[in-house]
Amino acid sequence: MEEPFVKTEIRKDENIVYKRTDLLVDRPLSYCPGCGHGVVHRMLMETLEEMDIQDKTIGVSPVGCSVLAYDFMNIDMLGAAHGRAPALATAIKRLWPDKFVFTYQGDGDLAAIGTAETIHACNRGENFTIIFINNGIYGMTGGQMAPTTLPGMRSSTSPYGRDVPTMGHPLRITELISNLPGVHYVTRQAVHTPSHVRKTKKAIRKALEQQKENKGIAFIEVVSNCNSGWKMTPVQSNKWMEENMFPFYPLGDIKVDGKLVEKKETVVKE
Amino acid sequence: MAKIKGDILVNVERCKGCEVCIAACPSATIAMSKEVNGKGYHFAMKVNNDCTGCMNCAIVCPDGVITVYRGKVSE
Repeated sequence: MEEPFVKTEIRKDENIVYKRTDLLVDRPLSYCPGCGHGVVHRMLMETLEEMDIQDKTIGVSPVGCSVLAYDFMNIDMLGAAHGRAPALATAIKRLWPDKFVFTYQGDGDLAAIGTAETIHACNRGENFTIIFINNGIYGMTGGQMAPTTLPGMRSSTSPYGRDVPTMGHPLRITELISNLPGVHYVTRQAVHTPSHVRKTKKAIRKALEQQKENKGIAFIEVVSNCNSGWKMTPVQSNKWMEENMFPFYPLGDIKVDGKLVEKKETVVKE
Repeated sequence: MAKIKGDILVNVERCKGCEVCIAACPSATIAMSKEVNGKGYHFAMKVNNDCTGCMNCAIVCPDGVITVYRGKVSE
């Protein structure tokens, strides 16, 4: 097909200002169209490239859509049992304190099956980075209700919406672990617009830099969409996320340099 | 007078047609094609010459299919 509007005088190698990083393996990502995982993968790999620590980084990906991460990241990766990535990362970091270790987990993994591992690793103050992708649903297995599913939100196991009296309240695990003393940096970001993506990248950079100082866990939550699980188009799901997810999961830093960031009371939609 | 202009190159076969880049583009340079690629997705394409090379589309693209160029153009 012929491409219209080609600027041949600009389209030269020396004028490239942005291209896909080589640290992502050159194959198509197997995620659904519009999924936030791809952006987080790329930002993580770009950060490693900028810091030039590709050969010193070990990633741990447990079960969920995040398990696919090791197909695409051209670094050393390990697969953990469901929810047990923080336990495995603890072992790796203790054996190789000079390596950069991160876990890449989803909400069904970190906040449901792996709650104990997450909380205890954070409480012990291990020195690695947790990247937590929160889309409020079990995306890989067919959109079942997760602990982070919002009240009234439909999923395949709560077809009439999450009913709080019978199914419980959604779990804000990020706020929960920010109160633990072993945690040094906690933030919540998103990846649906360019400005949010840039902020997420800065947060990842900050979290990885912090590992050099041996201060404790850095925890980055990324509120993301799951358009196939939510049964929406990618653009609709991003809009829905802004309107419904962000009031319950407000973006911004929660704990910086070991101190809780003071915030105005957030309005909780129940 | 020389002007700074941008250009994008979309990896058509990798594009999944999620349309997130369209919302991110400040100059409405991107739209979906009528044709489909090998996987059956409508892919992103450039529809005018207003691109400034701001990289917004490439940054939000989940599959990283967009390469951005920026350079001087003589008018």
